[in-house]
This record gives sequence, C-alpha cells and structure tokens, in this order.
Amino acid sequence: MTKAKNKSVNISKNKSFTVRFAGDSGDGIQLVGTRFANATAVAGNELSTLPDYPAEIRAPAGTLAGVSGFQISFGDETVKTPGNKPGVLVVMNPAALAVNLKNVDKGSIIIANSDAFSQAGLEKAGYKTNPLEDGTLSNYRVIAVPASEMTEAALADSGLTKPQVMKCKNFYMLGILFWMYGLETEDTKGWIKTKFKKVPAVAEANLKALDSGYAYAEATEIFDARFETIKSAVTPGKYRNLTGNEAAAYALLTAAKLLKKKLFYGSYPITPASEILQTLAKHRATDVVVFQAEDEIAAMAATVGAAFGGNFSATGTSGPGLSLKLESMGLGVIAELPMVIVDVQRGGPSTGLPTKTEQSDLLQSIYGRHGESPLVVLAAASPADCFYTTLAASRIAVKYMTPVIVLTNSYLANGSEPFRIPKLSELHKFEMAKLPPPDQFKPYARDPKTMARPWAWPGLKGYEHRIGGLEKAEETGAISYDPVNHEKLTAARSEKMRLVAESIAPTKICGKDQGELLVLGWGSTYGAISTAMTEAEAEGLDVSSVHLRHVWPLPPDLGKVMKRFRKVLIPEENLGQLRMLIRSEYLFEPIGLNKVQGQPLNSDEVLAKIKEVLGGK
Amino acid sequence: MENTKLTAKDFSSGLPVKWCPGCGDFAILNVIQKTMANMGLPREKFAVISGIGCSSRFPYYVSTYGFHTLHGRACAVASGVKLSNPELSVWVITGDGDGLSIGGNHTMHAIRRNMDLKIILFNNRIYGLTKGQASPTTLPGSKTKTTPLGAIDYPFNPARFAVGLDCTFVARCIDSDIAGSTAVMERAAKHVGTAFVEIYQKCVPFTDKEFEWLKDPATKEDMILRVEHGKPLVFGKDKNKGIAIKNMKAEIVTFSGAVPAEVAVYDETNDEMAHLISGLKHPEFPTPIGVFRAVRKPAYEELYYDQIKHVGDTKEHELEAVLTGPDAWEMK
Repeated sequence: MTKAKNKSVNISKNKSFTVRFAGDSGDGIQLVGTRFANATAVAGNELSTLPDYPAEIRAPAGTLAGVSGFQISFGDETVKTPGNKPGVLVVMNPAALAVNLKNVDKGSIIIANSDAFSQAGLEKAGYKTNPLEDGTLSNYRVIAVPASEMTEAALADSGLTKPQVMKCKNFYMLGILFWMYGLETEDTKGWIKTKFKKVPAVAEANLKALDSGYAYAEATEIFDARFETIKSAVTPGKYRNLTGNEAAAYALLTAAKLLKKKLFYGSYPITPASEILQTLAKHRATDVVVFQAEDEIAAMAATVGAAFGGNFSATGTSGPGLSLKLESMGLGVIAELPMVIVDVQRGGPSTGLPTKTEQSDLLQSIYGRHGESPLVVLAAASPADCFYTTLAASRIAVKYMTPVIVLTNSYLANGSEPFRIPKLSELHKFEMAKLPPPDQFKPYARDPKTMARPWAWPGLKGYEHRIGGLEKAEETGAISYDPVNHEKLTAARSEKMRLVAESIAPTKICGKDQGELLVLGWGSTYGAISTAMTEAEAEGLDVSSVHLRHVWPLPPDLGKVMKRFRKVLIPEENLGQLRMLIRSEYLFEPIGLNKVQGQPLNSDEVLAKIKEVLGGK
Repeated sequence: MENTKLTAKDFSSGLPVKWCPGCGDFAILNVIQKTMANMGLPREKFAVISGIGCSSRFPYYVSTYGFHTLHGRACAVASGVKLSNPELSVWVITGDGDGLSIGGNHTMHAIRRNMDLKIILFNNRIYGLTKGQASPTTLPGSKTKTTPLGAIDYPFNPARFAVGLDCTFVARCIDSDIAGSTAVMERAAKHVGTAFVEIYQKCVPFTDKEFEWLKDPATKEDMILRVEHGKPLVFGKDKNKGIAIKNMKAEIVTFSGAVPAEVAVYDETNDEMAHLISGLKHPEFPTPIGVFRAVRKPAYEELYYDQIKHVGDTKEHELEAVLTGPDAWEMK
C-alpha cells in the first residue's frame, strides 16, 4: 500500500465501509463502481454492490431522471448487503446530490465534482443556489474537487479533444477514492490497458487521470482521512466478482456440463434478465444453443421443445414475461419434462418498474398456471447464490422430471459479490433415472422414489412415443378422459412435489432454535436480514432467523421449527406473499414487514421491526 | 442405415383414428405416412409436432416421436426440437386457426428464420374442434356460429402469406387429390429450410361443400390451375386456357392448338411470379395448386451450427475459464 507523505493522515479502521458513486448516466458511474469493487475484492474484502440506474438509456444530461448510482459495501464477513446509507457519497453533478442526499446521514463525507455545480447544472437539479456553498451541507463533511478542471490540466498534452478528456474525469475521482481506502491501482490499470487496447491515447489518458486523482488526494491537505477495513479470514481459493445474472448463466452452463448434455437456452430480451441471454450468447458452442425467440411465449415453448428434444433446457425472464410463459410451463408440467425458468423479478404489475427490484412473483410462480399444475420454486439469497440455487434447480428438474422456477430479482441480478470459483470436479454429479430397455419402456412409468417418468428423446431407437397436453393414462401416457384416472394423475403430479420436499435438507436456524421471535426470510432479503440479525445478537435480542431457498414446496420440518417460536416475522418486498402461504399452510398469523418501493429492504428496517415486535410483547 | 425399406404401414401407430367419417384428414395422414416411408430415414429420426385443433391429433397416429402441444405454439415448440436435435426431420401439423390466428406470430417467425420445419397447414376455413366458429381463412359472408350475419373479416390466403414472408418452399394441394398432394409432400420432405404446405381440406360437419368446385369432375379442370416449374400455366378441360402476365397482372387467355408464347411459363424461383400466381382467386381465376416457390437458402440451424462449428463442444477447462473470468484473484 502506498503510504501518504508530507501530511498527517488519520487512519480510521472499521469492519466495513459503504460508498456510493452517483452521477449522470453518461458519467461512467457503473464502470468506476465496478472497478472500485474489484479493487476492494483484490485487497481481500467481502463486498456487496448495488447498481441503481434509470430505465431510460440516456435521460437528458444533468437531470434528476438521468442519475445513475452504484453503491458498494465492503469489509469483513459481516458484509452481506450493499449497505443502508453510504459513509462516503461521491457526486459528479448537482442532480446526483439532489437525488442521493436524503439517504446520507449527517456527518458523512460528500465528495463533489465542484466544476459541475455551474448555474446551468444547478438549475437542472432544481437548486436555486449552490448547495456546496450555501450551508445546505453544513452538517456534512464536504470535499469539493474541481475534477473537470484538474482532469483537463492533467491531460493538457494528451492530444485528445475536450469531450474525450471530460470522459476521463470519472477515473480522476476513482483515483481519489483509491487513495482514501488505500487500494492498489494495478488491477484497474491492467483493465484500462486491455479495454482501450485499440486506442492507446485514450488508455494513456485514463491511466493518467487515475494517477492524477490519486496524487491529488495524497498531496492535498483537504484529504486528511484514510480508511482501512479489518478483513476477515476467508476460505482460500480463487475468487471473482459475480453478478446474479452472470451467476445464473454460468450455473446453467455448469449444469449442462455436469449432466453431459447440450444446453438449450431460449429467451426473449427483457429487463432485468437480458444479461443472462447475452452472457450465454457469448459462450455459444455446438453444445450451447442460445435462441432468441420472437416473444416470451415462443421462448418458453421452444424451451419445452428442446427438453422434449433431449437437451438440458432453460429460459429466463422477468415478471411480464413470466405471465406469458405460464401457458407453456403448464405443458412442461403435464409433459413432465425437465427445465429451468429463471425469473428475475422486478417491480410490477404490468410494465411497473422495469429496473427496480421486488419479490412479488412468488404467488404467480407457484399458482399462476391454470389447473392443478404444481412445480418447484427456489429463491436465490445473494448474487453468488444465484449460481448454487440455479444449479440446485437444475438437479431437481432432471431428477424429478419437472419444470423448476428460480426466483432472483434485479437487486441480485445486477448486484455483485465475491464468488469462490469452483472446480467442476468439486461439484457432485447429476442424478437422472436410467432408461429401461426399449421393450420395457413406458413413457409414463414412474420411478416410485421420485415419481419421475423416463426421459427418452427423439433419435433414440425403439423409444418412439407420443406425448401431449391432454391428460395421460397411467404408464402408457396415452390420452385418457377417464375421470378417476385424471384424479390419479393429478395426485401423482402432486406426490412428486411431496417427494421433492422430502429431499430438502433440515432447516438451518441462525441463532437459538427456540425463543420469542423467528425472522423467516426468502430470496434476496437474506443480506438485510442477516445483517440485522448480527446487530440484534450484539444487542442481546431474543431473535433467530431462517432463510428459505425452497419456497415451494416448503421444507417439511418448517412447521415444527416455527412452532418453537412465539412469533414469526416475515420481511419481504411485496404485500405479504410468503406470509399468505405460511398462513394457509400452517394456520397461524405471522407478522409482516413489507416494502414495495422498488428498493431492497435494508437491515435498519428489519432491525427496527424486530425491536418493535419484541418491544410489544 | 436401415436395410429394410419402411412402408406407410410402418408409420402407423395403430391407434384408432378419431376424425369424423369422410374427413379430409384421413387422406392427408396416408399421404404423409407414405412420404415419410419414402424418405429413407428410420422412425426415430422423425418428430411430429402439432398445436391444437382436429388436425393436431395427427401425431398420435404416426409411429414416430410426437408431441401434441398447445394451441398455436407448434412452430415455437418445433423450433426448440429442431435446434436442440438438428438431425431430426421435424414436421409441424397445424390448421388455419392454430397456425394463422393464435399461432400466427410463431408461424411467421419460423418462416422468417427459414427453420428446417415442414409446416403442414390444414385449411378447412373453420374452427372444427370447437364446433364451427369463423377462422382467419373463413370467406366473407360465411355464416358460422360466431358470424350469424356472415363473416366480415377479410381472410388470409395462407400460401400467399408464406410467399410474402419469403418462405423458401411454398405449396398448396387439395386433400382429395392424392396424386397432387403426394407430389407436393415428397418435395416438401426433401426441402431444407421451411417448407410450408397449405392443404385445402373439407370439414364434414361445417364446411363440407367448401372446396366442392375444386373436386367436381365436371368442373374441376376449369377451376384448377396446376402450377409446375418450367411448364406453361395452362388449364381447362380442353387445355385451351392459359395465364398470361401483362403489366404485372394475370390475365386469362383462350387459345386453340399450340400454347401461345404469351402464356407464362412458371418459374418457382421467381418471387414476383410466386406472389402473383399464389394470389389468384376464385371465381375470377382458377385456383392455383402445386409448388409456388422453391429456393435453397441456408436454414437457421445450418447457419447456427456453421457459425460455431470452429468452437466445437465446450471442454471442461473452457468452462472453468469462463467461470474464472478475466478479473479473478487468489485468496490465501
């Protein structure tokens, strides 16, 4: 680490820090955020990120609608969320300040590109006077950096045009942040060189901007504070930063490889799930077929077709697309074919809030299809967990011959965290029913242990058979309108769910295994709940937590676990969908903590509710 | 390869066929079973995919792999089957309601991609399975259960719809014309890319008389124009009428003796000609049947696998490299 010279610097040590970068969506905020995240990871921190960008590709520059944000929390193993409120807010223009100030505690540091606080810039953000000067920020530590001017000065001899030079100011600011947190610049320098390999002048300029920002912070008296994290011991191994969407895509590739099958991914572009399609498109091979269908319906139908065709088959979408996919998913249920559907939830209903997060597709996933149409629903807890949850879903799909939905959301999909890269040999093999010899083959003869029917695909000689959406006769799979048979087959499909439930590992309780309050969470609220739990534990509160990956069918021991607590609190980003399930399955009234703002629940909100519930006893 | 040559009978599943007595579908089933037998492919290399409707019961009666899917979605499901398993000969069985109304979008995009599917569209101009509602090919004025005062929608011309989409193989035939439909089906079977075949098919309960004028021995030769590549467009009981193309318009010319030069010689690779001739309508013109368009363009799955053949299958170390990415770091 570079040591500061010639000035006295206080080094504050903390378990974790939260930093938010904000600026115009054209300011390269996501880019510097990602580079900063990587540098903290390389330095051995745990981290969690939250990109927060507008739905518009490029809203008018400098306006409130165009503000893009990137928040990161990093430090020891207690870091499970991108943090509630940033201790350092970096703003590239007045609009970024206006949008983010309400979420910054007094006493925090605000680093502002003061050059952007011109009359025109202030007006666009709705400021009558300059908040950097008029006392608005008197309760904050404001560091005004003339970043535009300084970048221009540093790059005077670069030969670049002024607009090109101005594009480098984000790296100037990043250099300052690197100094403040004592982070190495090497990794980012390598990245810049690769990224701008074809335009050496631009690479050179960005490198210089980064170094200049770093040197500016080191030399200037206004920067008198540096921060260091107390790092935790982590499992040794190779790590990378992974977003939830990348994790889901890589899990599908991995599942197909473990299964020794061709992967078919049929999808239709939709925010915030398109990155799964795009990521897989980059890795197309003769055994990785990526199909951009004409619509959501066709994407799902083709996925069913590819499963019939014998591929390991999957699709991804978000709420509006899930609605359109339900019909073909029903076909997947009655045809009893394996497939994985990744639903990256976003704010609804209808077009709703396309880039914002929510957990409101739970009931649609479980109950959305017509008829008695059960399937398995899993929920991922964190960006990296999207990998393991999608892999688990793939195993269930193939073992039980059923569609499985994986619920993530835009918070997990765009957020990132370190992911220990597994060797394929570390991951256990897939279980799949063996095909009997052709003369004993019956399309709907079930394995009693899983209720799975045999999977025989076109091309296999001697297994030619016909299936379809009409009700099946037992074993033969022939069309049957027999009333009693329909009830039997309905029961068989439901029994399959019971067997999946039986295979779920015993519920893990965080904290004491009985007591006053159990916090029951699912999916993306994991980080907020576990952070709140750590704080509650430190305060000696009588609270435990359980986090569900299996949201349908529910773990068979969940009822017994919940009975050991006087109260159950269910925090979720909807109006109480898991709460409704729990109430209907176990006949008691859990307490809800519900947030539907397109923003993730944060740990302060969970902790406050825990205290409220416990205080009211 | 199989040495014993398969017959049409080998492609029968043996299930009792449950269409109405006299239904046009029986004849089509026989023609397709015979065509499949003649393809020289073993049964397991066929997948027959259908949507919902009377015709969509078809897969149950063929002894290959079959999938009776959802209303309108057959082309989409079949695209997944073909892409996942490109060695298969994939047949889509659909109808005018299934393929052009609820499934119009999927039919259109399968054709646009030139996916190697044989799309066989049974056009009986009615919803038969749901018992007699107007379909997108129902003729204006037709009284159906949902159009008691006569249909007012303008109908699709399915073959011309496919020609308009640059479908690489488009043909039309008539259920009762076994020789004609066999010839068309044999060519469709061999086509690489989307082969779209429209079959005029009568529905005994609802549109029994719909295509009668094309079937009555007394009138049919004056009503039908048999289109054949490289042959003049001649029709009529006495072979004394022809289609001339003047100013981008078709015109009937009558002659005696040799076919005059003004009668157009059909060219199935000529897009404009396919468009013009497939659009000829009764009663002003005879109804054209035969192959309207046949051109070879790379099929979607050919392009897909050609683009990635240099990549081959993903090796284990390649996947591990993907998982690792460019920005990994080591923690000790």
